[in-house]
Amino acid sequence: MDHTKYLIVGSSHAGISALDAIRLQDKEGSITLVTQESCLPYSPTILPYVLSGQARPEKIFLRDQQSLDDLSVVFKPGTKVMALDARERQVTLQSGEKIEYEKLLLATGAAPKRPPVQGLEAVPHHVLRTLEDALTLRSKIRKERTAVVLGAGLIGLHAAENLAKGGMKVVVVEALSQVLPGYFDEEASQMIFRAFSDNGVKILLNEKASRVKGTDEETTLSLASGGSLSAGLLVVATGVQPRVEILKGSGVEVDQGILVDERMRTNVSGIWAAGDVAQARGFFESSKILNATLPNAVEQGRIAGMDMVDDPALKEYPGAVGMNTYKFFGHRAFSVGMIRAEAGCEVEKVVVPESFRYQRLVFKEDQLVGASGINSDLDPGIMYQLVRRKAYMGDVRTRFCASPLDVSRVMMTSIWR
Amino acid sequence: MGNSYKTIAFYQDKCDGCGDCVPACSMHHTGTTDPAHSRIKVAKDAEENSFGIALCRQCGQPQCVTNCPSGALSKDVSTGVVKWDKDKCVNCQLCTLACPYGGITCNALTDQVMKCNFCDGDPACVKACPRGALEVKQVASIFNAWGDLEDLVVPGLSACLGCNSEMLLRHTLRRIGPNVVVATPPGCIAGVGSVGFNAKTGLKTPVFHPLLTNTAAMLSGARRYYKRIGRDVTMLAMAGDGGTADVGFQSLSGAAERGEQMIYICVDNEGYMNTGVQRSSTTPYGAWTSTTPVGSVLRGKTRDAKPLPLLMVMHNCEYVATASTAFMEDYYEKLGKAIEAAKKGMAYIHVFSPCPTGWRFPTGKLIEVARKAVETNMIPLWEFELKEGRIRFTHPVDNPIPVQAYLSLIGKYKHLDEKQIAFIQEQTKRKIGVLKNFAREDEREQVSNAG
Repeated sequence: MDHTKYLIVGSSHAGISALDAIRLQDKEGSITLVTQESCLPYSPTILPYVLSGQARPEKIFLRDQQSLDDLSVVFKPGTKVMALDARERQVTLQSGEKIEYEKLLLATGAAPKRPPVQGLEAVPHHVLRTLEDALTLRSKIRKERTAVVLGAGLIGLHAAENLAKGGMKVVVVEALSQVLPGYFDEEASQMIFRAFSDNGVKILLNEKASRVKGTDEETTLSLASGGSLSAGLLVVATGVQPRVEILKGSGVEVDQGILVDERMRTNVSGIWAAGDVAQARGFFESSKILNATLPNAVEQGRIAGMDMVDDPALKEYPGAVGMNTYKFFGHRAFSVGMIRAEAGCEVEKVVVPESFRYQRLVFKEDQLVGASGINSDLDPGIMYQLVRRKAYMGDVRTRFCASPLDVSRVMMTSIWR
Repeated sequence: MGNSYKTIAFYQDKCDGCGDCVPACSMHHTGTTDPAHSRIKVAKDAEENSFGIALCRQCGQPQCVTNCPSGALSKDVSTGVVKWDKDKCVNCQLCTLACPYGGITCNALTDQVMKCNFCDGDPACVKACPRGALEVKQVASIFNAWGDLEDLVVPGLSACLGCNSEMLLRHTLRRIGPNVVVATPPGCIAGVGSVGFNAKTGLKTPVFHPLLTNTAAMLSGARRYYKRIGRDVTMLAMAGDGGTADVGFQSLSGAAERGEQMIYICVDNEGYMNTGVQRSSTTPYGAWTSTTPVGSVLRGKTRDAKPLPLLMVMHNCEYVATASTAFMEDYYEKLGKAIEAAKKGMAYIHVFSPCPTGWRFPTGKLIEVARKAVETNMIPLWEFELKEGRIRFTHPVDNPIPVQAYLSLIGKYKHLDEKQIAFIQEQTKRKIGVLKNFAREDEREQVSNAG
């Protein structure tokens, strides 16, 4: 049986960050990196760009074999873990082989969630989570003329935009009353909605598919409000869910995702989890939450890796802050922190419809707790730091709101260390 | 061991917001002065009348790189520059979310991100800055030069937690190397275990334990012996302030006067720390020690410290310098000069060595204490080369911060009243004035003209 000191399951951002953190402290301990993907490590975030053709599939990899060899990492692509025996400290692979570990990081990520639509399992449809998904969907662009996308989250909208740019007629179906509810308030969402309408993409809000039937050639959706939609292509992008199947009976505590503490430790000694699969404390919430974003996976992966080697420089996870950037039809948007202005919050908003500009700052007591913008010049990274450092805004708030770009940059220059 | 690289440092207090760096940057990258293309941005907080810059810091562990899903950003391990590959970039802008410094921004004209590429090592913005607010700086560059050399001190000494002297001992021997004989008279340096326990020494070099009174005399003899048998071996004393300024002074003075060839390092922690924190002649005015107590009448030491480095200048030593562990590059340079000078005569380095145990401050504040001592001008950093004939400041502090900023960090000064602090401030000014007189170039010319 293979034995390894560190076993990392999953080779995207969380796994790679952990790998680097481990090697910074432990130059010799054996590391095995396994992934069920059959290729080198890559980021799911790149997939919309593979779909659009902006990223060439052979150039998307985060690491090449040489750099993994340089770090003395045993990399095993195409390796699916089927079961975990936490007591014996070993995993069973699909091939039947077993790997014995001393320390295990579960960075297995998330899988597309299927909405409860009657008939969906039987109907051919696309998702966008793996390189294979992206390449398959891309191959359809020139062949099909119409598409329906379920879900107006980041993946759904990216897919819709790219399909539309490929010349297809696209309809997006979203169950909620706005697009991107996780990142923008209603007004910003309406602007994004408008950009899509202006570019010929129809978005149906407050709408659900109740039933779906179809063949390879054509799919027909019955809508909850009555009526139906037909398209050559069906894309399902209604969110993701942590991949936790292998943990059944392992003793590792799972809620929505794998429950971890501030050092990314699970309840079982010797097992850590990080990235989209982990459920960790929120920055604003007292409960543990999922946060399937790239920056979060990087940070959690690094913390897990540091804890696995007892790195004295480790700082505990401060909690997940929702954040992302989003480019659409030539516009750029970002969102950091709190979106809904809860009780006690104050909002400062600037909207310039003519130049399609939007900027929103959310304060709570003396702190900035959220910032978002469309075509705004603000530095998303500085906004994130202000939120995360709980920078005191008491005295500066008035002039910060008057010229946030300048004042935030001066604050950064003065107080960052 | 990792490398240290150059970066662009920004001095906020020197920036007047003129913005000359901005068109210089645009011009270098695009041939136009349009500020939209500039990788450096100047920001103004009108009310505070202060300025900031958004600029790539070429981080050691750049988060823009780890946040990039396309592998378009990478750290060049030979130059340290964080590079951006236009071909691989998909313009997702996640890097802008990762950077805490606004160092990678979206260029509205090209609709792409852009960042500083350090202009191949000679940044245009730095050259354009008329006030010296931007500077190409290499932090911890000594690690590139000396980091791979062997630590000649064994692991696990018995120094107090956070001991500055232990750090100093390790750095000093790393720089000087194994061709050395070390003398450590009674004091903290010997006490931490350099001369050893159970018949094993704490150094990987020859080391001996002279009396407090005869360190310089014994090294004189050892050097003469090695010369006689045809070997060029460096003689190094690592002695405390008691062993140097008080008990060992007559032998040091004699050796300096005779021009004996050695490096004599005084590790000045301003008192007899390993015997219970008694005063020495380098304990400064106002300091509490166990023999200068604080009560209703006495308020710490009533006399000021003996200016030992200046006394050594007056001995016509080949080389005299002051140093601080907060300015390690400076110390390494001075050690380099001392090694050379000790082939001709005496090289004397007086290192300011804050002591968390005896001075009553938290160990985590050690470097801050050492740095503030320099920034207040209480411990000016300078060197004297006999051939130059004058003092040269190696880290001139033109706008010193108030002494209170230093004193308030340290427990041994916590009893000081306003009058005492004002006195220390005044004395600091007087002493730096005296040093500046020794540093004047015109005086030297007059002397040489007269000669």
